[in-house]
Amino acid sequence: MSKPKIGFYWCASCGGCEEAVVDLAEDILPVVEAVDIVFWPVALDFKRADVEAMPDNEMAVCFINGAIRTSEQEEMAQLLRAKSQLIVAFGSCSHMGGIPGLANQFVRTDILDRVYYDSQMVVNPDNIRPQEATAVNGDSLSLPSFDGAVRTLDQTVDVDYYLPGCSPPVALIVQAVTAILEGKLPDKGTVLAPDIALCDECSRKESKPDELSINKIRRPFEIEINQEDCLLAQGLPCLGAATRSGCGAACIEGNMPCTGCMGPTSRVSDFGAKALSGLASTITGEEEHDIARRLEQLVDPVGTFYRYSLPMSLLKGRAISDKGAKA
Amino acid sequence: MYSGTTDSEADGFSPRIVAFFCNWCTYTAADLAGTSRKTYAPNVRVVRLMCSGRIDPQFILKAFNQGADGVLIGGCHPGDCHYKEGNFKALKRSMLLQRMLEDLGIDGKRLRLEWISASEGEKVQRVINNMVSDLTQLGPLTLFPGTDGSFEGALQEASPMEHQMEVEQ
Repeated sequence: MSKPKIGFYWCASCGGCEEAVVDLAEDILPVVEAVDIVFWPVALDFKRADVEAMPDNEMAVCFINGAIRTSEQEEMAQLLRAKSQLIVAFGSCSHMGGIPGLANQFVRTDILDRVYYDSQMVVNPDNIRPQEATAVNGDSLSLPSFDGAVRTLDQTVDVDYYLPGCSPPVALIVQAVTAILEGKLPDKGTVLAPDIALCDECSRKESKPDELSINKIRRPFEIEINQEDCLLAQGLPCLGAATRSGCGAACIEGNMPCTGCMGPTSRVSDFGAKALSGLASTITGEEEHDIARRLEQLVDPVGTFYRYSLPMSLLKGRAISDKGAKA
Repeated sequence: MYSGTTDSEADGFSPRIVAFFCNWCTYTAADLAGTSRKTYAPNVRVVRLMCSGRIDPQFILKAFNQGADGVLIGGCHPGDCHYKEGNFKALKRSMLLQRMLEDLGIDGKRLRLEWISASEGEKVQRVINNMVSDLTQLGPLTLFPGTDGSFEGALQEASPMEHQMEVEQ
């Protein structure tokens, strides 16, 4: 019997997820022995035409990382969906929109203006922008179009499983690949990570007070962070209480607060709202103005609570109706 | 009696408000407004909860996501909470959420928190009429991707680039 075929692809992403595959180190050897990698543009020289030539459902599984922002990414996602039995959304961007998803705070025209006209580092006196079609010496050159919004992978094509994380922890990748090879898969739509909050596996759990109360919200650079105590107790907006576990609390081991890349547990529909709720209720104060002043210390609520999940959230991005609202 | 008219209203816009009222104070006040025959704008759909502290910010976003133009939270006055501090939790959450909503282009007036005790039926009337008039002026809430989450609106906005260029080399 021939080995199962697998593919990897990247959309709007940083390349960190590809690194995560390489981080499997020698664990990748049994995988490579058990499967045929038939598509992996970052590492191997296969082209789109090779994928197009495959019969439908040729690949047992395709891991796609990155959010969807351009017509090319959407086309590739659709093509790979047709050629794969399983699609796994790999990493925060394809799972929830990720860092690129923060661009949904701005409309498309503003982004293009900023990048091609307004940025201090741009000199563009003729206001030239890349075009979807350009005629050069009688030939027509084309570029993918730039969508009006960043979408998650499952807002674009049907997705079977999710491997969360920025980037997904090696242990979870190994578990997922093993489960797929052995055919021991959970229900479709499952996030392949423990369904419990990160605090549960945090090494500082014992130092978390029964009732948290924060007098002053701090940013990591403002204080010398105690390496043993619960970060929330130190006033740092650690999102571990709202975030799915499975990463071994890697950031907290590095003495940095959790930023929520693993996303919510299955009981939560909007990660940012839930994380905001948890943090806000720990703020101390009996008077409205005291509470307001302390909450002001949290810089950039959207970037804090929706760092990886704005396109997946209930609002999905910036509303367009209220001109009066703060820019 | 609610009797304001504005331009938006002339266009036929009438805001939809989802109100979360706590069982012990504001819901009772709304009952009182009813039994005292105080009329107020019919734009509010009231959801009764045991305490304003039960209001998860997810409920509020879900209301906006499902087409609400505004969300009103009613709880007991500070010090009067049946569960001691539930109303303070509601206050803290809604303050931070309001700031985040403004950062996401949603006017702060669309999320309103009011302390209304069981005896303040008149305040229920006043707050609701006042909020309806504020929201009528603001107009309907249009979310970035369209409320159904299909991203249809945002994707249609992505028409081809503004101008086509000819490059001769």
